[in-house]
Amino acid sequence: MNFRIIRALAEKDIEDALHNPINIYGALIISFIFAILIPVLITQTPSFDPNFTGQEAFDEIEALIPPPLVSLIDTLTPEALFIVIILGYLIAPLFLVIPLMISCIIASEAFVGEKERKTLEPLLYTPATDTELFLGKIAAAMIPGIVYTWMNFLIFALIVNIAGLPIMGSFWFPTMNWIVMMIFLVPVISLLGVSVTIIISTRVKTFMEAYQATGILVLLVVGLMIAQSVGLLFLSPGVTVLVSLVVLVVDALLIKIGIKIFSRSEQITRV
Amino acid sequence: MTTIIQADNLHKSFPTTTAIDHLSFEVLEGEVFGLLGPNGSGKTTLVRLLNGVLTPTSGRAYVFGKDVTTDGSWIRARTGVLTETPSLYERLTAKKNLSFFGRFYGIPDAEIPKRTDEMLSLMHLSDRADEPVGGFSKGMKQRLAIARALMHDPPILFLDEPTSGLDPESSRQVEDIIQELASDEQKTIFLCTHNLSQAERLCSKVAMLNTGKILAQGSIQELSRRLFSAIPVEMEFLHEPSPAVIQAVRNTKGATVDSVEGTTILFHVTDKELIPSIIRAVIQEGGDLFRIAPQDYSLEEIYFTVQRQGGMTV
Repeated sequence: MNFRIIRALAEKDIEDALHNPINIYGALIISFIFAILIPVLITQTPSFDPNFTGQEAFDEIEALIPPPLVSLIDTLTPEALFIVIILGYLIAPLFLVIPLMISCIIASEAFVGEKERKTLEPLLYTPATDTELFLGKIAAAMIPGIVYTWMNFLIFALIVNIAGLPIMGSFWFPTMNWIVMMIFLVPVISLLGVSVTIIISTRVKTFMEAYQATGILVLLVVGLMIAQSVGLLFLSPGVTVLVSLVVLVVDALLIKIGIKIFSRSEQITRV
Repeated sequence: MTTIIQADNLHKSFPTTTAIDHLSFEVLEGEVFGLLGPNGSGKTTLVRLLNGVLTPTSGRAYVFGKDVTTDGSWIRARTGVLTETPSLYERLTAKKNLSFFGRFYGIPDAEIPKRTDEMLSLMHLSDRADEPVGGFSKGMKQRLAIARALMHDPPILFLDEPTSGLDPESSRQVEDIIQELASDEQKTIFLCTHNLSQAERLCSKVAMLNTGKILAQGSIQELSRRLFSAIPVEMEFLHEPSPAVIQAVRNTKGATVDSVEGTTILFHVTDKELIPSIIRAVIQEGGDLFRIAPQDYSLEEIYFTVQRQGGMTV
């Protein structure tokens, strides 16, 4: 295995993606919504609403409190409870949209965009093995998704703590479930985005088609959010690790299919 | 000379078509080997097979003695391929395009900038090195693609329609580069083209391909000799030749006079060895010989004759 080739390909794909303004603007909009707008709105809601009373806050979020967190009711003020429940727990799965979107965008560029722009053929004539090409492209799509999510997570954490300080009285974020989600779930979700894109890449001709088709994965995140909101599933640290393992198994199966699809002789007939 | 490429009964078929039909040929070291044929004749498929990018359905092919089926990566490290379209990363600069491929071919990081500069200079692109390739003309992109194929200094180059879509000036520049690579750097060149005049200028040997079959192969002179039984000759005198001079040509066994036009006799011979004796005979008869020119058949004449006949004994 030649890691220099894998690294060269990953760096090139990332650099190529960074030269596309659509990708940059898309990422910045995601950051603004998820890492800035949401925490600012949630932390400031109790202060902005003059009619927001402790009782109202409690009534509003009562139905949303997952059973494992009921004990928090006795330890926090209703305003603080509102922030902790929404930002600490309910919003968490929504953050998975970031690794999913970034990995799907770059994977679409790397696997379909390269065919669309007819730049794949010279790569197939290099000494790189099929596995090296495949791993280079997976790394190119996965790593930026993970790193960008972590960067957004840091900004999110800073804003949650600073903007919420008057109500919370101390820096309380991140919670353990967020940390576990960042370490375990974000990488496997990112890989899921890549592996689904590889499968889709055989059926579509353009980068946009591929990216639009992978949009269906957002339903997964929405599903997790709904499941958590209605009390079907609570993403505690243990459950998050379990969900990560399930996604990892799905990833492994999809990657196995992807390796078959990405054989040189298959790819060359499609350029 | 060493055999660099050898194909034995090489065959490639796809579910609905046969792309390469039991081909056998060899390319020697230092040759400019032209693979001629119309679009869809199998030229690109053959390049893919010889680089181990496609697997043959049956038969064998060897490059530097290595089997293309099992040693593709080893072979590709020693070949440079110019694909039919330049296929460059248009958002990246010329320098970035080359350095990226340099890393793929195992050039040490410290040497890549020097090699990149050398290649850009060779292709007369140094002044555009740091510009994104998207703004380059077709000819510049093609030269950059050749530079990419040469980055790792491969001993053999596969060039697939290298002047396709280029204006005459850019085409000539690319042809000059190919000629320099063959003569100055002794590269073995496998040139796929349907441009017959280009092949005639550049190739030392050609193979004519159609629907996956080789119809004929050899040097232009060999093909001409095997295809046509007579060599046309044009003989020019200072003054109109006398009947005795014309008769001297007619009397030579194996020579047939076609016409006499002013100071010129046009005739053909079955063997070029006859020409010196004809010269001696006309001078003996007092002919003031000014110029004699055996006429070669053009590659175009050979090509269309072969296509019309549906091939010849290869």
